[in-house]
Amino acid sequence: VTDALLVARAGMLTTVQDCGRWGYQGVGVPVAGPMDWYSHALANRLVGNAPNAAALEVTLIGPELIVEGQVVCAMAGADFEVTIDGGVLPAHQPFTARGGSRVRIGARRAGARASLAVRGGFDVPLTFGSRATHLVSRMGPFDGRALRAGDRLPIGSADQESIGDAGTPLEMPRGGARVRVVPAPHRERFTDEAWRALTSARFIVTPQSDRMGYRLEGPVLAHVRGADILSEAMPIGAMQVPSSGQPILLMADRQTTGGYATIANVITADLPLAGQLAPGDWIEFSACTHGDAIGALRARHASLAGART
Amino acid sequence: MDARVVPAGDAAWLVELPERIDPVVNARAIDIASRVTRARLPFVRDVVVGYRSVMVYVDPMADGAGTIESRLRSILGEPTEDTCARGASVEVPVCYDGVFGLDLADVAAYARCDVGEVIERHLAVEYRVFVVGFVPGFAYMAPVDPRIAAPRRSSPRLKVPRGSVAIAAGQTGIYPAETPGGWNLIGRTPLRPYAPDRSEPFMFRAGDRVRFRRINESEYRATSEWGDA
Repeated sequence: VTDALLVARAGMLTTVQDCGRWGYQGVGVPVAGPMDWYSHALANRLVGNAPNAAALEVTLIGPELIVEGQVVCAMAGADFEVTIDGGVLPAHQPFTARGGSRVRIGARRAGARASLAVRGGFDVPLTFGSRATHLVSRMGPFDGRALRAGDRLPIGSADQESIGDAGTPLEMPRGGARVRVVPAPHRERFTDEAWRALTSARFIVTPQSDRMGYRLEGPVLAHVRGADILSEAMPIGAMQVPSSGQPILLMADRQTTGGYATIANVITADLPLAGQLAPGDWIEFSACTHGDAIGALRARHASLAGART
Repeated sequence: MDARVVPAGDAAWLVELPERIDPVVNARAIDIASRVTRARLPFVRDVVVGYRSVMVYVDPMADGAGTIESRLRSILGEPTEDTCARGASVEVPVCYDGVFGLDLADVAAYARCDVGEVIERHLAVEYRVFVVGFVPGFAYMAPVDPRIAAPRRSSPRLKVPRGSVAIAAGQTGIYPAETPGGWNLIGRTPLRPYAPDRSEPFMFRAGDRVRFRRINESEYRATSEWGDA
């Protein structure tokens, strides 16, 4: 009998994600991947996997899973109540679940998304080299859709890799987050007032926000010469501003290209914080330099590897 | 050709070329992208061509990633030739009849001509694929005859049928999947621009040259790959 998890209840939005589908954006294939790359990597690390192993991303209300065989699991990211056959499990620690037991992930208490990793990773088919789910283009395992009751997730065999020092969990935002940005290539298409407003005002994550991007509500960010650009590639974290002046923060499931000027980019080190926000939360932006961004990313990786900050 | 190399966040670099829809500029972008790809730099994760730009995605923590800016500048300094006509030649059958040309009347009203002339003008041009993006396999093609270059619809449709051939704002394209979309639908192709089960899943690459060929409804039904025959 192969080890597996059977979905008894799917939760609000549960998808399989690895580090994303890289190398095919030139033919329009989106990257997808986790909304919080840090917690995805940490959960994998806790069970001895490489960072790219496929894990589940659970959103706001978690799933209920039935164990087949024996699995070693760990959760990282948003703070959810997790029980196994009714007994509460501590967060950020690997646990062993045996055949027939029920792992129940309840409602989140802080943050929005958690990664559930299993030792060996989920052994679902690769599409263009990746197991990530992209909902809009229906690409990835389970025809690129969110999991539903009855789905069976086979688990791969673990290599001999030893479990490293547990990294430091990401501190979950409570009600909002302050993230750092660098100016985007189209910064000069915006007024200086727009830049000042972006880096001083508080924006709200509106209900029109999902894995593709967050539509934010705040002061109008004015363009100097129109919002439209000739279509070009858009990185994760880019803040597109259509003619309404209300920015859209592009997240994991973003399209490969876009046609609106971008004012700023959230730095990679702070994307996990943004990924933990839910509609109704606030977000603030502070400017930093490219060098600061690289330094902050280095610090995040050190903390993932177990360094205490 | 003027070029600017700028960071796009901390995990990508953007090469910007002159801001215009121009086959020469786009061919230069494609040429730069292929030079970056051929250099097989281990810290490069993806390379994406825009109308007049190249986005180079890097892993900032990988060895050597700090050299990307100087590598791009040296690639920009390499001697180049005219590569405008290097793309593949692709012929796409289109049925403009009946429900397939849902917005033909609106485009004709914009162009102040009849529907037949809109179709003729759409068929008369060889298009260039400038960018592939939006969803897997969607090709942004230009130039559309200015007479029929109607703007995007004021309110986008929530579901555009797959295979729809559409025009908006001087561009033409084919929807490879059922998605929301704001372009004017003028016809439908029986061919799939993106077919995961095909040995070459993607019909279009940036730089391809595309001609449309008119077919009637029974030819469409006989050749449809969409399972709607």
